[in-house]
Amino acid sequence: MSEKKKLKNPLSLQIDPELFREASEDEKKQQVTMRESISFMKDALRRLRKNKIAMISLITIVLIALIAFIVPTFYPYTYTKQDVTAQNLAPFQYSQKEQMKIDKGFSVFPHIMGTDSLGRDYAIRVIYGTRISLLVGIFSALIVIVIGIIYGSISGYFGGKVDMVMMRIVDIIYSLPDVLIVILLSVAIKDWVSTSQSQLIARLGAGMVSIFIVFGLLYWVSMARQVRGQILSIKEQEYVLASKAIGASPARIIRKHMIPNCVSVIIIIAAMQIPSAIFTESFLSFLGLGVSVPMPSLGSLASDARTALRSYPYQLVFPALAIFLIVLSFNLLGNGLRDAFDPKLRN
Amino acid sequence: MSLLEVKDLHTSFFTSAGEVKAVNGLSFNLEKGKVLGIVGESGSGKSVTAYSILQILTHPGRIVSGSIRFRDEELVGKTDAEMREIRGNKISIIFQDPMTSLNPTFTIGNQLEEAILLHTNRNKKEAEERAIEMLRLVGISEPEKRIKQYAFELSGGMRQRVMIAMALACEPDILIADEPTTALDVTIQAQILELILDLQKKMGMAVIMITHDMGVIAQICDEVIVMYAGSVCERGTADAIFYHPCHEYTKGLMRSIPDMNDDDKKRLVPISGTPIDLLHMPPGCPFAPRCDRAMKICLKEKAKEYWVGHDQLSACWQNIKDGICSTERPEKEEEEA
Amino acid sequence: MENKERAFTPDPEFLLQVRNLKQYFPINTGFMKTTMLKAVDDVSFDIRKGETLGLVGESGCGKTTVGRTILQLYKPTGGEIWFKGKRIDNKEDLKEFRRQAQMVFQDPYSSLNPRMTVADIVAEPIDVHKMYATKKEREERIHELMTLVGLNTEHATRYAHEFSGGQRQRIGIARALASQPEFIVCDEPVSALDVSIQAQVINMLEDLQNRFGLTYLFIAHDISVVKHISNRIAVMYLGHMMEMASANELTKHPLHPYTISLMSAVPIPDPKISRQQQRIVLKGDVPSPLKVPEGCPFQPRCERATAECAKTCPAMREVAPGHFAACHNI
Repeated sequence: MSEKKKLKNPLSLQIDPELFREASEDEKKQQVTMRESISFMKDALRRLRKNKIAMISLITIVLIALIAFIVPTFYPYTYTKQDVTAQNLAPFQYSQKEQMKIDKGFSVFPHIMGTDSLGRDYAIRVIYGTRISLLVGIFSALIVIVIGIIYGSISGYFGGKVDMVMMRIVDIIYSLPDVLIVILLSVAIKDWVSTSQSQLIARLGAGMVSIFIVFGLLYWVSMARQVRGQILSIKEQEYVLASKAIGASPARIIRKHMIPNCVSVIIIIAAMQIPSAIFTESFLSFLGLGVSVPMPSLGSLASDARTALRSYPYQLVFPALAIFLIVLSFNLLGNGLRDAFDPKLRN
Repeated sequence: MSLLEVKDLHTSFFTSAGEVKAVNGLSFNLEKGKVLGIVGESGSGKSVTAYSILQILTHPGRIVSGSIRFRDEELVGKTDAEMREIRGNKISIIFQDPMTSLNPTFTIGNQLEEAILLHTNRNKKEAEERAIEMLRLVGISEPEKRIKQYAFELSGGMRQRVMIAMALACEPDILIADEPTTALDVTIQAQILELILDLQKKMGMAVIMITHDMGVIAQICDEVIVMYAGSVCERGTADAIFYHPCHEYTKGLMRSIPDMNDDDKKRLVPISGTPIDLLHMPPGCPFAPRCDRAMKICLKEKAKEYWVGHDQLSACWQNIKDGICSTERPEKEEEEA
Repeated sequence: MENKERAFTPDPEFLLQVRNLKQYFPINTGFMKTTMLKAVDDVSFDIRKGETLGLVGESGCGKTTVGRTILQLYKPTGGEIWFKGKRIDNKEDLKEFRRQAQMVFQDPYSSLNPRMTVADIVAEPIDVHKMYATKKEREERIHELMTLVGLNTEHATRYAHEFSGGQRQRIGIARALASQPEFIVCDEPVSALDVSIQAQVINMLEDLQNRFGLTYLFIAHDISVVKHISNRIAVMYLGHMMEMASANELTKHPLHPYTISLMSAVPIPDPKISRQQQRIVLKGDVPSPLKVPEGCPFQPRCERATAECAKTCPAMREVAPGHFAACHNI
């Protein structure tokens, strides 16, 4: 510098010269914090918990399940007990016989939802029907999930001709009429079911068994397609290529890299399968193709109540309401799960 | 009065995780016909600055405080309708990825004409003529044919030229170029930079060139602002910044770039540490945790900008300690022979 | 470069020898019509043990494809690849090769599985090749690798998305080192990183090379970075190799017209030099690799092009000691 002209040096400001000592590594490190570790799952669950609607739906589902499975164990009525004196009672109405009992001083548990045309307590039938519907829904969903994942991942991973053939099969299955097949199947296996050794199969009846078979044959296709789509997009990811470069076998790649990254999609689709299965079962039972007498399902209850709609509307309202609640809760929960797991929302 | 005066701009993004302070007290002036470069790495706030000027910040970002005066008119606080008069007309912007900036369902002729029809009084035929003229100006051959083509039919370099044509169709006073060549091959980059410089000389507009590439800055910028984590570290003419960098960050950047002329392969001197988390900004200088010469005061308080040369300002406590700062602009030094 | 007709015998001086490598991809260009995308067309080169060969070129030149084909991530359409004196492009069992040859990827965001912890990512090579006996050994090796690349071992149970770009790249490099390879293909390892972090990673790659005697094929488009780290550089254009020479020689005295314009287009961070620089600005755009021009692929944009250039594709020949170029007009 040629000439140190009067630089108004800011150092003339009153600053403690101590502060101009070099900062230590520790002091610098303190300023740098790493955000707390959260795995993808925990982060998604956290987001789910924040979603009020999804949480309410989850609680509703749990409550319904508890009622369906626990209440019948101590409920004073069974779903088969008929009582011709107490037919078609309105909710909280007592039959003459029961009224006499109360007058005598005995306590008679009220019919919360009334009784049906055979005098059976309707509330326990609806609760039992809910249990059946839930079981059917979950079982069917399980069948769909397992077959769908396996089929979809094989198709997606191998690609090429394998994928093409497998997807054409899916297309064909998609275009089959499901109701028709259920009807044909239940007629075809009627004999086999009634003479079956297994008590479970006999109790379920031809209609129920054919529903399960149909689910296993037909309804997994949507799941398979979606899993395949996910696998295809993951296949393009560089970490899969990296794994190949390391020398990992296809089995290892699918197991360690592809499936874990599909988990969120699988959970979402699975959550949506259940209401779909329940609804389908209700619909088939409504048509008379589902459970057989005397086992009630929500659909069959609704079907039986059709004829009595004018005079005893509550007999249709209760099972319909139950179906509505279950399906709505699962759907809202599914929506919530999708929002929670969607990585695009992560900021 | 400068063409564009930005004073103490603060822009933040209000996310669910907290406030991300993208721009923290930025001030600069842009003179007519000058090329200003804003250089910084990711998270430095350089693009956010450009979007703040044109008020095209995406939600949840917004200008928190500060003033942006264009031709002595305050832009902050203008309605969207008022800003639309300025965008594409008085101040234009070109983006990094021309593929997503051009609408794939319209011909490029349509898109060019749209801008022209919107801001000028020309009729459709005149707009088309002007579009062809602009395409020729940006070096696209056979422009009459090209206006009927779609974006996907053109290569990356051509699309960027079309973007430039669209931006300049209404002869704006300022062209903002946000990383315009980052996605292009180096030979195409050379073409585009030359084109921008050429057009700038012809049309006399001011250019704000936003980039992370020091080479690009050296090639076309008159003045440079170096940003880190939303604050200005140093500013000055290109010569001043490249030949006497004063701020520790600028010095660190220069040392860590491989030198094409170095045949001995001298070891690079990297800047240690990792880029800052904008959600948790430290109280002092944002660069301090990574600075080799950080002092205790650096961690506590941000230094103000002071003159370190006739054409240069720096906001670094180290400069203050070394006694090279001044609150008044020093006289111009005689050029060394 | 050997005469194509003679059967090739590997030279023990070189770790990797590539001869006439071709990689064509069939692309659907219309109904029932496929065109061959000639990503790599007749490329040959050698790499010595401990050397870094830089591979540069612009988009569509095929440099990434070369890297991936050498690692047998694609099956080569033609040519031979000799690694440590043995041919590997026609082998079915590549397990041993995969242990010795690794890759560092460009994108630190998509090359790491978001559902795996850092420990599992880094340990994958040793898991696959069963290179440890006890869990403790595995853990020790993981810690060793993380320390080697400058990562805090406490973070081994974290997930990739919690780290910055530079740190993720370090994780990728640790993974590449896990199986104690001899050869690493670095595919644009620093292109996606901030400038201040690039220098850290470049230094680290150099240190690791010195320490373990690694051989690198360094693929990048940033010429100043390539010059810094490479011993020799090869330039590719539209699947063909245009020029190959030592790093200093190629950048200071390029002989091929394409290389000359490439070097002049690189923006130098020095205003005075930059302003005086005589840039050779190429006209037109890079053609698509689906329609590679006849003869020399560069000929439509070349100032020195003659009729000969449009007819025959020039072969690589030694135009100066240790300096090879594929051009009729040097």
